[in-house]
Amino acid sequence: MITARGLSKRFGDLTAVDAIDFDVSRGESFGLLGPNGAGKSTTMKMISCVSKRSAGELSILGRDPDRDGPDIRAHLGVVPQTDNLDIDIKVRDNLYVYGRYFGLPGSFLKQKSRDLLEFAQLTEKADAKVDTLSGGMKRRLTIARALVNEPDILMLDEPTTGLDPQARHILWDRLFRLKEEGVTLVITTHYMDEAEQLCDRLVVMDHGKIMAEGSPAELIRSYSSREVVELRFGSGNNEDAARRLEGRGDRIEQLPDRILIYTADGEAELEAIIHEGFKPRTSLVRRSSLEDVFLRLTGRSLIE
Amino acid sequence: MSSSVRDLEKRALSGAREHFGDHRAALTRLRGSWFVAQHKLLTMRSYMYTILSSSIFNPLMYLFALGIGIGSYIDRNSGGNVLYGVSYLTYVGPALLSSAAINSAFEETTFPVMGGFRWTREFYAMHATPLQPYQIANGVMIAAAIRVVFTVTVFWLMLFLFGALPRGTAILALPAAILSGMGIGAVMSALAAKLTDDDGWFVLINRMVLAPMFLFSGTFYPLEQMPLGLRWIGWLSPLWHATELGRWAGFGLELRPERLIWHTAYLVLILGLGLVMMWNEFEKRLIE
Repeated sequence: MITARGLSKRFGDLTAVDAIDFDVSRGESFGLLGPNGAGKSTTMKMISCVSKRSAGELSILGRDPDRDGPDIRAHLGVVPQTDNLDIDIKVRDNLYVYGRYFGLPGSFLKQKSRDLLEFAQLTEKADAKVDTLSGGMKRRLTIARALVNEPDILMLDEPTTGLDPQARHILWDRLFRLKEEGVTLVITTHYMDEAEQLCDRLVVMDHGKIMAEGSPAELIRSYSSREVVELRFGSGNNEDAARRLEGRGDRIEQLPDRILIYTADGEAELEAIIHEGFKPRTSLVRRSSLEDVFLRLTGRSLIE
Repeated sequence: MSSSVRDLEKRALSGAREHFGDHRAALTRLRGSWFVAQHKLLTMRSYMYTILSSSIFNPLMYLFALGIGIGSYIDRNSGGNVLYGVSYLTYVGPALLSSAAINSAFEETTFPVMGGFRWTREFYAMHATPLQPYQIANGVMIAAAIRVVFTVTVFWLMLFLFGALPRGTAILALPAAILSGMGIGAVMSALAAKLTDDDGWFVLINRMVLAPMFLFSGTFYPLEQMPLGLRWIGWLSPLWHATELGRWAGFGLELRPERLIWHTAYLVLILGLGLVMMWNEFEKRLIE
């Protein structure tokens, strides 16, 4: 559905996207994971045919966005990072006018809006003005709007940023349903849990480049151990403790507030450490996550 | 998962496909500008009462102040021979008509255009569909034009009822006024699309450009009353050109045919330039 080769975007001297390659196939849920400024949104905008590439090849649904922008956009559903609903009109009218932009007939859109509002769990808000909706509701409305043309690809740029945990879970549930229905999703996020939940396959981006590619499980397997021991000795003592722990597990990361020890068996490792007389203030054993993959690849945390 | 939930999902995610032809974007390519205009008109409905009341109150205010107030005073003391031998209200009527067109076009193009890019960001939402930037621009202008036509038609009817439009050709004062309004509207849209923040620009333009234009374009007295050094304001101002045409239409102000053509051409030129600038700015703003 999407093929990118050497795809680049420069703004003056700044290279926002630096010669990246990726493919997205039908029915797949593809993620772009990376910190703010990694080039994810710029990549999304190029796929959405609203930003021209500076170099490289990009093909969406077999067409070139430079030539067939409007035709490609007719097959996409776009959920931008910042909501851009019309706040002066009713919730249902937002879906109606948007559907008109795809040339869909008004009579069809009246019924379609009802179905989409029900899917987005917004039926009782149909006649409310957008202004009165909560952040999570606005987000769901934006997603419903993006579905009005029955898109071949649904693009979601940071779909849950700024939402509270409950709203995030409702949204994830809706997106998961879409995935089950076979909608092709392209998602950017800087939340590793979101990427793990929603993406079949993802690329990790940093400074406009792709650092790694694979399914969440593959990435964790390739770039991290199975488990992680997190130890906190207090900010003044971490450095000293890290030096003395050197050589334990597969690998050690020292962060400003804690020490991470990567190992296949966290409980056993922790037990051994305590047994040796280390006295961490808090300790925790957990499964490796994409956060650890990112740390390994870039030496930095996803959320700074 | 119950079957009704699955049915709902199926319905929510299907049905659109069969309404598309081979080329999904075909209808939008043809009628996109009109779709945008329909959307903008729907938005206008949320402040329809403001539009309605100002469209009615504004002309009434001028008609009473200038017709009954200043007008009757001038008409009584001039013996009816100054100002081409027509009543003062007849004289200022066409100018007020154009001024109303310009003001309502200004209202529909400044903050609404800036807001579409900056506050609601709805132009970006539109551009995620098959719409192209120039179609979004045209849609904004069509909706503004509909509002302007409504406003000046109400104004024209009131002038007519007050007896300020004595000639049969007076209907032609309408297109002249609308043209001047849309010219200003297009230029203001281009500017609003270019500015990334308001910073008081529109208030400044209202006071430093529109207000002088209103006062120095031969609105209340013939432009020839002004010293040559100030007449250029009128010559540049779409308001003066529309007013001259309106006076020709409204009460038969004598204009040589080439003047008629020249005034019309100037108004068309401003509108054309404004539109080209607007298309450019919309494109620059929407395509990164």
